[in-house]
Amino acid sequence: MINLLRLISGRNASAPVARERLQILLAHERGLRGQPELLELLRAEILAAVSRHVVLDPEKVVVRMERGKQVSTLEVDIEVPNGFERSLAAAS
Amino acid sequence: MAKVLVVTSGKGGVGKTTSTAALGAALAQLGEKVVVVDFDVGLRNLDLVLGAERRVVFDLINVVQGVAKLSQALIRDKRLENLWLLPASQTRDKDALTEEGVRSIIADLRTKFDWILCDSPAGIERGATLAMRYADEAVIVTNPEVSSVRDSDRIIGMLDSKTVKAEKGERVEKHVLITRYDSARAARGEMLSIEDILEILAIPLLGIIPESQDVLRASNVGSPVTLNNAASAPARAYIDAVRRLMGETVTMMVPVERKGLMNRLLGRRAA
Repeated sequence: MINLLRLISGRNASAPVARERLQILLAHERGLRGQPELLELLRAEILAAVSRHVVLDPEKVVVRMERGKQVSTLEVDIEVPNGFERSLAAAS
Repeated sequence: MAKVLVVTSGKGGVGKTTSTAALGAALAQLGEKVVVVDFDVGLRNLDLVLGAERRVVFDLINVVQGVAKLSQALIRDKRLENLWLLPASQTRDKDALTEEGVRSIIADLRTKFDWILCDSPAGIERGATLAMRYADEAVIVTNPEVSSVRDSDRIIGMLDSKTVKAEKGERVEKHVLITRYDSARAARGEMLSIEDILEILAIPLLGIIPESQDVLRASNVGSPVTLNNAASAPARAYIDAVRRLMGETVTMMVPVERKGLMNRLLGRRAA
């Protein structure tokens, strides 16, 4: 009975989807906010450099700056597809 | 001490101007001396919502450029003697507004009023940043809808970085005002709930304004909803919101629109 009710009432329940999409999107946008333009520039140039040799999903290239008291770290996280060495070998 | 409050949202059409008029009128109804300032240069509408469209002679830009004195541009409401309007220009473009000009007008208004409500234009451009520039507090008007919540989040980020208060290391006090809320649709899971919005935006709730015909009816006749039908659900919600702005603790209610007999019975119970 409860399941039946849930089925009936839940058919139009798009709010949970809206909520989840927003949470993911805003986590991403908040991360970008306030970053210096330098990071965007670095990201674009790194993406361009790597893309000359490996086929990349641009969304899988993350450049992040962590500011510490003594030193800051620049984190570059690039997800490459499996088997990219083969495409490298073929290219050379 | 005077308070400068910006009514903003990022997204257009969520109810900034309607809310500015209603909050301004409600503050005046409670005895505060209020000026509502239209920052939407080129697309002014606050004059229309307040029913003062035929009384505009001078505007904000004229004052900024020294063509008119502030006292010449201020329009006193005919129904509420504590409520004044500083209209935007309809003909100039938004670049006519300068930061120094806005600073000097806000400083002047601070000496004359208890509340200065700045009605921000939509967007994140110059007009919107100038409207929030000197704010002490902000009301972020948000609809229970994904694009509105996203834009509100963006505006919150700007309030925390681009205002004079933020640059001095202080905080602009922020409140979210949820408008066009349909509690029945939210209960059915068709609309983002209050809890969802508050969790995502992480700022305190000022009020919940229900989707209501009274809001449109009020703007049709050029009267703030709190004045046009003070007993209506949206008017009560705006008045409660204003009491919270003034520091009172008012229990948050999800106002219910009263329509037919069934709704009327349900409405009484919910209210």
